[in-house]
Amino acid sequence: MEVLLAPVVGILFAAATYLLLQRSLGETIIGLALLTNAANLFIFVAAGLSKGVAPLIDTETGEPPPGAADPVPQALILTAIVIGFGVLAFFITLAYRYHRLTGTDDLEWIAADDAPTSGEFESGEP
Amino acid sequence: MLAFLTAVPFVAAVAAAIASRVDRRAPGFVMLAASLLAAAMLLSQWGEVTDGATVEWVTSWVPSLEWTVALRLDGLSMLFGLLITGIGALIAWYGTGYFGADARNGRFFTTLLIFQGGMLVAVLADDFALLYVGWEVTSVSSFALIGFAHDRAEARQAAQHALLVTIAGGLAMLVGLIMLGVLTDTWRVSELTSRGVLGIDATLATVMFLLVAVGAFTKSAQFPFHGWLPGAMAAPTPVSAYLHSATMVKLGVYLVARLQPSLGDLEAWGIVLPAVGGFTMLYAAFMAVREVDLKRVLAFSTVSALGSMIMLAGLGTTHALTALAITVIAHACYKAALFMTAGTIDHETGTRDRLALGGLRHSMPLLAVSAGLAAVSMAGLPPAMGFLQKETALAASFEEPEAWLLMAAVAAFGALTLVAAVAAGVAPFFGARRDTPEPPHEGPPSLWAPVAVLAVLGVVLGVVLGVAVTGPLTPFISAIVSASAGEPYEAHLALWEGVNPVLLASVAAITAGLVLARFHRALPGIPWLRANSTAAMDGVLNGMTGLADRIERLAQPGSLPLYLAIALAAAVLPVLVLVVLANPINGLDLDADPLTVAIALVVALGAYAAARSATRLRSIAALGATGYGMTLLFLRFGGPDLAMTQVLVETLTVVLFIFAFRYLPITHETRDEHTRRHHVGGVVVAAVAGVAMTGVTILLATHERSYHLRAFFERASLPEAHGANVVNTILVDFRAMDTMGEITVLAVAAVGIVALLRITGREPASAAADSSRVLRTAARGLLPLLVVFSIFLLVRGHNEPGGGFVAGLVAATGVTLYAIAYDARIARRLLRVAPRSLIAAGLLVALGAGAFAMASGLAPLTGMWVDVSLPGGEQIPVGTPLIFEVGVFLVVLGVASALATALLEER
Repeated sequence: MEVLLAPVVGILFAAATYLLLQRSLGETIIGLALLTNAANLFIFVAAGLSKGVAPLIDTETGEPPPGAADPVPQALILTAIVIGFGVLAFFITLAYRYHRLTGTDDLEWIAADDAPTSGEFESGEP
Repeated sequence: MLAFLTAVPFVAAVAAAIASRVDRRAPGFVMLAASLLAAAMLLSQWGEVTDGATVEWVTSWVPSLEWTVALRLDGLSMLFGLLITGIGALIAWYGTGYFGADARNGRFFTTLLIFQGGMLVAVLADDFALLYVGWEVTSVSSFALIGFAHDRAEARQAAQHALLVTIAGGLAMLVGLIMLGVLTDTWRVSELTSRGVLGIDATLATVMFLLVAVGAFTKSAQFPFHGWLPGAMAAPTPVSAYLHSATMVKLGVYLVARLQPSLGDLEAWGIVLPAVGGFTMLYAAFMAVREVDLKRVLAFSTVSALGSMIMLAGLGTTHALTALAITVIAHACYKAALFMTAGTIDHETGTRDRLALGGLRHSMPLLAVSAGLAAVSMAGLPPAMGFLQKETALAASFEEPEAWLLMAAVAAFGALTLVAAVAAGVAPFFGARRDTPEPPHEGPPSLWAPVAVLAVLGVVLGVVLGVAVTGPLTPFISAIVSASAGEPYEAHLALWEGVNPVLLASVAAITAGLVLARFHRALPGIPWLRANSTAAMDGVLNGMTGLADRIERLAQPGSLPLYLAIALAAAVLPVLVLVVLANPINGLDLDADPLTVAIALVVALGAYAAARSATRLRSIAALGATGYGMTLLFLRFGGPDLAMTQVLVETLTVVLFIFAFRYLPITHETRDEHTRRHHVGGVVVAAVAGVAMTGVTILLATHERSYHLRAFFERASLPEAHGANVVNTILVDFRAMDTMGEITVLAVAAVGIVALLRITGREPASAAADSSRVLRTAARGLLPLLVVFSIFLLVRGHNEPGGGFVAGLVAATGVTLYAIAYDARIARRLLRVAPRSLIAAGLLVALGAGAFAMASGLAPLTGMWVDVSLPGGEQIPVGTPLIFEVGVFLVVLGVASALATALLEER
């Protein structure tokens, strides 16, 4: 099963990488979101899969049910999902502000001195 | 005692900064008092030091490196300590008059006191690491003081020049000192003195000596590093008098004198130091008489005197070291006095041009007398210290093999110094009165009395040392020479030793000087040796910045995508190599069920569509599809907690994207502009990343691994954390500290986002008038259900799928829905409290849950449980992790609500 899902992980990483390398800030951020998913799925698959049974201890026997999933990668991924959301939200907002300020979302302009200022810079606002 | 002594200036620096808020004149008096206190502390050890004993204080600093804070007071450090504190006191007094009630007094005297502390540390240190620290403290504070008038470009440039030269030299010295420490296996100066460097490879020892010498040469402004010192005259005059004449520039001399006993036997020592010092002495003495600015005359004359000191240290005989001690004392007295004279003249007349000054004795008689006395000493006339200086230097030269060459050089130095003394200390007061920018008048006592003190001291010391052969000061000179010679020595000094070649040379020097001095006003016209070291330094600096510019243009063309491509390629290529080498294709289990294949296809196609969609909205939708597909995978492979979290986060992410990108162009506006090369480059890097990660995933998934962590958590979850849901107990109990960090990150991200959005200060957008009635009705009905559901998830999370993260996200979804249907403000009102208060409350609750364990002496966030009886007689365990979970819930709810409402309010 891992062998089937490994290429899916690869495709997620490839798509995320491609988007990260685009000139548009919007696409870069979408790439970042995809990268978060890719990393989480990577941990999930690489840690080994077992079908269907959640890692909940049986209170009668004190043992996990037979064939239960490994709880350790799940705990890692759970925090990663939420942290990833926080970071992504920050970058979404940053991209939004950048666009509001400069009027462009072209990353090539970030380093250029003659960036177009159709946004708020031109109108005198900070 | 020594530790307190070195602490005095630093404590006073703080006191001066505080005092400046009370009274603008106060900082100068703080420094005066501190300097007098420190001088008194030093003098309290006078008896021991003049008896040839030493005072030590040692404590450990970096035990692993064998570095200590070791302070040691002997004759040599006593000499420099007294210069630093004694002249420091006079400079502080002078500074109170020079600056008056200037608003910058606090900054000035604080920096000056830090410098004083660094100097004391450097000369009292018995550990090379400590010496270096003190040395660099003086470099940095010197930088700040030269650039004190930082609104003037000239001052900034001079400060930078001085800093670069002295720091570069300091680094060379550091390397040399480390070599010394490693080669001799000691960091203690005193141990080195007794041990010496015999038995060390001569080449290594020579390299080490040269590195240390570069440090000394830069600090003591020796040719060709001398250019920064005349430039440093941009500093206020008290700084020039104190740092750049009396104390800091002598640190190089101090270091050389300190190392003389251990390194003095090196062949290079006896060649390099006399050659560099001697040349600097003559060259700078000549440059001095060519200058017209009083301070620059004195600056070059200082360089010249420093050269003579380095030369004498290089000769290294006891007579030469005696001459060195006398020179240091004499120079400090007359040169600081004349610097202050120049400052007062500048202060009261508005000019320092010596050709424009004359006849000032009528308007400032007290200063004229004081300056005249100082000039007598500088000129080397009996009975002042300056005469003794010249006599002892000539006597030391007389016993060298190259006696005539050295004596001629010293005599020429004496003659030229006499001319400089006349030009700077006598001529401005005599001759015809000249018009100056401001009408000259005598300044307040603080502007001439310190000059008088030093000038009188210069004469009195000369008489005491030279006439009373076994007088009270001679043992002190003996102690200084003993310290720098590394062996006990009895000094014998006299102003009159009968007619001998030394006296004849001295008389010749004075005669030549007096003749030359008659024409001192004509000397600036000599066009010889017009080398401009400042311009040379600028050339070097411009060359370096130009080179840096070229490198930067090559390495940083300014394209973010290019940087990312390079960084990502560098990250994934090694992975790919690893995967290929590991050959993961062995032993694969290729089974697959149709449902999983279908989900996998959704995820993969979603990813591809997100990357290749023509419009941004489609990309976002495809991204959502990928995320929901992952939710199904999590569910299918035993991760209900993950699935719940993922579905909620994915929903909120899509909402945030839509909110934020409402105003961005719908299409990918830059895609058309992509060059083909850019596109191909992206595809190649992406393909490499994809293949590499596929390989790593297979490699890891099929690799044998240890399950002891898993076994531990499964075993301990129920009995120790009282929870059946292992994922949850890991999060809120076993690894609660990580979760604490995580919710803190979330809180910080939310604060950052709200701050980013607030920059505009616009009125928030009002009601979403175009939202549908159906949505509003649905939201109203759904919200209570979502709230109840979230509380249900929160409560059951410890044993069943659920928990604080999921519950918080569910509740936040309800808030977000309400905000979309109605208005962000109405949604916030629904929460009763501001999202930021929720975040803060959540963090406090989580921390509070951790504090229980701390109160009981356990590690923070350790779970603590009690059994609580329910009315039905059932016992259920209640513990701090459950409280912690509530904190997580509140933070997540607050963060997600803050994001959704803040972004929605933008228009």
